[in-house]
Amino acid sequence: MMNEKPTWRSTAKALLYLLPMLVITITFNIWPILSSFLMSFYTKYDYYTDKVSAMGLDNFKFLLSDPDFHLAVRNTLIFVAGVVPITVILSLVIAILLNQIKWLSGFFRTVYFLPFVTSTVAIAMVWNWIYHSDYGLMNYFLGLFGIHAINWLNDPHWSLLALIIMTVWKDLGFNIILFLVGLNNIDPGYYRAAEIDGANAWQRFLNVTVPMISPITFLVSVNGIIGSFKVFDQIFALFGGTPGPGKADLTIVYYLYQKFYTEYKYPIAAASGVVLFFLILAVTLVQMWYSRKHVHY
Amino acid sequence: MKKFSRVLLYLIVTLGALTMLMPFLWMVSTALKTAPETITVPPTWIPKSLQWGNFIKAWHEAPFARYFVNSLVVTTVTTVGQLFTSILAAFAFARLKFFGKNLIFVIFLGTMMIPGEMLIIPNFVTLSHLRLIDTYGALIIPWLASFFTVFTLRQTFQSTPEQIYYAARMDGASDWRYLWHVLVPMSKSTITAVTVLQVIGSWNAFMWPLIVTNSDKMRTLPVGLQAFTTDAGTQYQLLMAASTFVIIPMVVLYVFLQKYIIAGISKAGLKG
Repeated sequence: MMNEKPTWRSTAKALLYLLPMLVITITFNIWPILSSFLMSFYTKYDYYTDKVSAMGLDNFKFLLSDPDFHLAVRNTLIFVAGVVPITVILSLVIAILLNQIKWLSGFFRTVYFLPFVTSTVAIAMVWNWIYHSDYGLMNYFLGLFGIHAINWLNDPHWSLLALIIMTVWKDLGFNIILFLVGLNNIDPGYYRAAEIDGANAWQRFLNVTVPMISPITFLVSVNGIIGSFKVFDQIFALFGGTPGPGKADLTIVYYLYQKFYTEYKYPIAAASGVVLFFLILAVTLVQMWYSRKHVHY
Repeated sequence: MKKFSRVLLYLIVTLGALTMLMPFLWMVSTALKTAPETITVPPTWIPKSLQWGNFIKAWHEAPFARYFVNSLVVTTVTTVGQLFTSILAAFAFARLKFFGKNLIFVIFLGTMMIPGEMLIIPNFVTLSHLRLIDTYGALIIPWLASFFTVFTLRQTFQSTPEQIYYAARMDGASDWRYLWHVLVPMSKSTITAVTVLQVIGSWNAFMWPLIVTNSDKMRTLPVGLQAFTTDAGTQYQLLMAASTFVIIPMVVLYVFLQKYIIAGISKAGLKG
């Protein structure tokens, strides 16, 4: 009975169980994947009639020569390079600290995790106010250290940093939770052995914690990179429906949104989505290759 | 020395926690100020007199009641619907034998790698051909199934002892009965976890509702709040009051169900 073979009868039955999920996912996940790859090659497309009269590589050629798209890719890469390392390192440090305390630890976990459950749009409004150049908290705090007021949201030199700071704040909690799980899974025996061998706290961290936690670090980095590549909500909300001053916060998904929603250039938007897909795929593959060599499972 | 490092530890953790809380405190504090007090230098943390009226004023400045109902409807229907389709599918993957099982599973696993933003354009086209743009249909239907949820539930279903399944069948219980009377109650904690995560995700969703709604009466809370900023202009006390009531429901949910949320993230995050 345990090793029953599938029959047509059992397949038909399973299909009934799968049907609702299949109908929705085929219509809204699988078909759109194929469709958006296809659409990225449409060069003459009438949205109203859904008629395609020509196909080719023109959309990708357009992206290659569009300074806005270059800017979007560049900003996205800077954003990822800014957010991910800081988030990973900070959340590991905080998780290690939280792991050492007992009293009030539940309370602290709640607090650090709070940003994760809050609406990105609502909290971006709050950050918009924090970054206010005249009355915002940020400049007030900086002022206490004698630093001149920064025009966070209207100066193209600072606006990407403003976005990065807010995103790090929002993403920390999620990673802290994962690191805490990882830290709890480390066998305390390793630490005792290291201590007997005379390793100090720093050496224990470097030689026990870091290698033992590496699968989580890997996971958190992949999650972080993929998530950051897709940044949109907080830009829209932080800069009031614009991609920042002088497009300083234009990212790939924001570019996609603009081409699609405000300019009705569907095929170009689809092509930028395809580029996003390959960028994410490339990063994931590099990381998988790297982790084979360096992550200790 | 031990004691000193302990104090230092708590000091750092507390400073960090204050940084995390600061935007929330600033939000509530501003929401309770008068307009002139929001722009005093240096800023005050505790308002001179608490302006509870700001919440009522903000609530009436835009159709927030309508946004609230929309968010509630979309979140509830999406979550329940998605749970239903996922439980059925996860059961099929975990217990039933059928042709092409592995192939279908691998295809779906592959689709999880695709950035969801890519799907927006074709889905928008599909829904506009169905004349569903700016209706609850557009806000809900595409989200009625999630392979991520199927995947998480399948893991849990598989980890329950298979013998119970065979015993139940021996006793003449149908698959349907076994699923809803045995498997689902046994997997309560995972189901709660995915439910709560789904509720949070739906409630806070922005890009999709922004794209598929264009009338005020169909907006969800985050989209409505975003639109409100244009009307509110520089009245930060009203903006912060509005942000507060968008955030509050999820914070309350989180505080009560945090055990499940954290367990869910640990489980789903580590496997996903």
